[in-house]
Amino acid sequence: MPSKAAPEKKQTHPAVGAAPIQRRLSQSHRGSVTDARDDDQELGNMPTNYMGEHNFFGRQEDQLKLTDAELNEEHTRILTARNPQAAENIVRFSHKERMFKLIPHVDQLAVHFQLDSHLVHKESEEGKRQLMLDSEDVKIQEVEVTTSAAGPDGETSKEGDEDDDEKAKKITASSGKSKKLTNQFNFSERASQTYNNPSRDRETFVEQTPRASFADNVSQWSISDAYNEDFEHQQKAKEKEQKKLVVKKEDDRKKKFVAVDQHGVDDITKLSRSKSASLSLKIVERMINQNTFDAIAQDFKYWEDAADEYREQGGSLLPLWLFQYDMVKKLACTNLTWNSHYNDLFAVAFGSYDFLKQSRGMFVIYSLKNPSFPENIFPTDSGVMSLDFHPHYSNLLCCGFYDGSVAVYNIADENKQPKYHSTSRNGKHTDPVWQVSWQKDDLDNNLNFFSVSSDGRVVCWTLIKNDLTYTDVVQLKLEKPANQTEEGFPLISLGCGTCFDFNIQQDYLFIVGTEEGKIQKCSKSYNNQFLDTFDAHHMAVYAVRWNKFHPKVFASCSADWSVKIWDINYQEPLFVYDLGSPVGDVVWAPYSSTVFAACTADGKVYVFDLNVNKYEPLCEQMVVQKKRTKLTHITFNQHYPILLAGDDRGNVTSLKLSPNLRKRPKAKKGQEIIDGPEAEVAKLEKILSLIRDPDDVRNKSTAQQGATTAVSGAN
Amino acid sequence: MTSQNEVDDMIKRIQASKGVQGLIIIDSDGIPIRTSMDNDTTLHYAALISQLTIHAKRVVRELDSSQELEQLRLRSHKHEIIVAPESKYIMIVVQVPEAL
Repeated sequence: MPSKAAPEKKQTHPAVGAAPIQRRLSQSHRGSVTDARDDDQELGNMPTNYMGEHNFFGRQEDQLKLTDAELNEEHTRILTARNPQAAENIVRFSHKERMFKLIPHVDQLAVHFQLDSHLVHKESEEGKRQLMLDSEDVKIQEVEVTTSAAGPDGETSKEGDEDDDEKAKKITASSGKSKKLTNQFNFSERASQTYNNPSRDRETFVEQTPRASFADNVSQWSISDAYNEDFEHQQKAKEKEQKKLVVKKEDDRKKKFVAVDQHGVDDITKLSRSKSASLSLKIVERMINQNTFDAIAQDFKYWEDAADEYREQGGSLLPLWLFQYDMVKKLACTNLTWNSHYNDLFAVAFGSYDFLKQSRGMFVIYSLKNPSFPENIFPTDSGVMSLDFHPHYSNLLCCGFYDGSVAVYNIADENKQPKYHSTSRNGKHTDPVWQVSWQKDDLDNNLNFFSVSSDGRVVCWTLIKNDLTYTDVVQLKLEKPANQTEEGFPLISLGCGTCFDFNIQQDYLFIVGTEEGKIQKCSKSYNNQFLDTFDAHHMAVYAVRWNKFHPKVFASCSADWSVKIWDINYQEPLFVYDLGSPVGDVVWAPYSSTVFAACTADGKVYVFDLNVNKYEPLCEQMVVQKKRTKLTHITFNQHYPILLAGDDRGNVTSLKLSPNLRKRPKAKKGQEIIDGPEAEVAKLEKILSLIRDPDDVRNKSTAQQGATTAVSGAN
Repeated sequence: MTSQNEVDDMIKRIQASKGVQGLIIIDSDGIPIRTSMDNDTTLHYAALISQLTIHAKRVVRELDSSQELEQLRLRSHKHEIIVAPESKYIMIVVQVPEAL
């Protein structure tokens, strides 16, 4: 084996350094070309398999193959006396310095073999003593042998003396020997055990503490909620501390209140008093109603009358909800108005048109979201004839009563009393107030509204601080017929105003309709004179309305069955429609300057669109449940395509306008669709010009012709 | 602050509305305060729905912490349960909607 031969070689060769020796090993494995002589010698001793080509034979398969150059490389190996197993860096905790310290010198001592010996040096005390013992033993044995030998011989006493001496020695030796040697190797201790007490278990049972299990969910929001509540409590506590500086009286009062509150704290009363309970009840009620009236709600939102595509011009009105309330069944709906801020909230005024049957009245606030019950009910002493919501402060409502007074309510208020009320000392009208209307704030930023009444006065009421002050704006003086002889003092008799309307663009301009059938054009700045008078109707004018887009056109309706459209500059009406029954109300649509609706005493609603058909209504529909109910008022909603019609039995019907009635003009090819109020005005102008042009060319006669041809036989 | 009468009126009106089978009002602990159904059903509904409401509230809050649960409807084949939770109370109405 080459490994065997190699150590031999090592011994024979001088150990120059480790390197050649190592090389030698590697070389001997492979048998390289250098030092071939020695290798040959070695190889000569090898078994035959290792002979032959040095490089490849005798090599393990996984043996590293190096090139000759690499083989000739010199590797330096150093032999040191370091222990390879010893750690290089040891860190020990030094309690003195209370920190970890690096130990620089590590013990390089490696113990390979250790055996505890029991050899004692012969020169040491122990050794000498033991030797002595051994030699005495030998001597005693010799003496015994000799005595036994001498005995039979019959030796002299000298030997016996010697014997005695030796026996004495032996005795001392044996006595010396009899001292037991204690050594460190076979010395054992004895221990004794104490008595262990036996242990026993004792148990007792205790009454179980009552348990209640509690489960809750914790999440980020609940934690933040708790923090917020805590914060609020702290704030309140701070405020309370500050408030403790208040007078004693207040404290006493507070105490009284506290005492009262603590009575009857059972759940139901707490429930009833909580605001949140009523809120959520409201929500629940609405949800129920949504279910009940589900079909209607869907219709309201999505129904479009498909038949309109086939009807050329006509449209239809789809009845939606019917708003009824027990308490007003006997009263007539005297006015309807939508809230300026909330699109689904409207107020209905109830009173009685019958002169003889005057009783209490009320006005209620409904929401479309809850058709079964009003949101708010305000009972009043006398019939309410008119209402108006303030355009900006949507919680302020002014109303005019049958007894001639006016009042301003805050509908958000909890008690149902008016904030302001006019009294007989305070300029109250002497006759029913037929219409009220809010105006823009005056120069001092005070709210003000106007009212018109049968006593012939148009009055402006201003809310200054806590008071209601009035100023007569116009007095509706009657024109004296020319043939009346003047005897004595000319009595200035006043006409009876029944309705009025303010121009949208020109705020100071307004028109008043009277009981006599005249329409007066007035201005806020002129007290005594009218700007103009129109001989409009033969009977009382029930409503006058300016067109919402065109500043010069207005409509009027009257008990004489007719609806007339006027231009402010012309004495003759532009259009006249005969509807066959007293017309309770006429109102322009907010989305188009040419659409208007009217309602009559025979329960029908008429919708006209001047753009489509100048002479006939697009829709004429009976909307009341029972015959002989008169429709008293009608109004469009600003946002949704619905109409509200109130009748004299206290019902309010809501109707949805079909698409035909809401038509916008189609753009001709190539033209853009112009939208907006200008377009509306232009549209109306176009129609008017068609009517008017003949007027301009010819005179009144032609106009009259035009008027007569416009009379429709709509039934 | 609405007076006691108004709240009572509303409760009566709701009970008299079309299709309403019952109304339960439970407080924040899940104990029914006011009910128009028999005791067993009431307790049953109260326990189940209060748990459901807590979970529903959690869902809404965790999705967007600025929002709170306003109402919850559960429609089944036979009826619809409408739940309107408030800070202190939960209103439950069982209705048979007309549409079904």
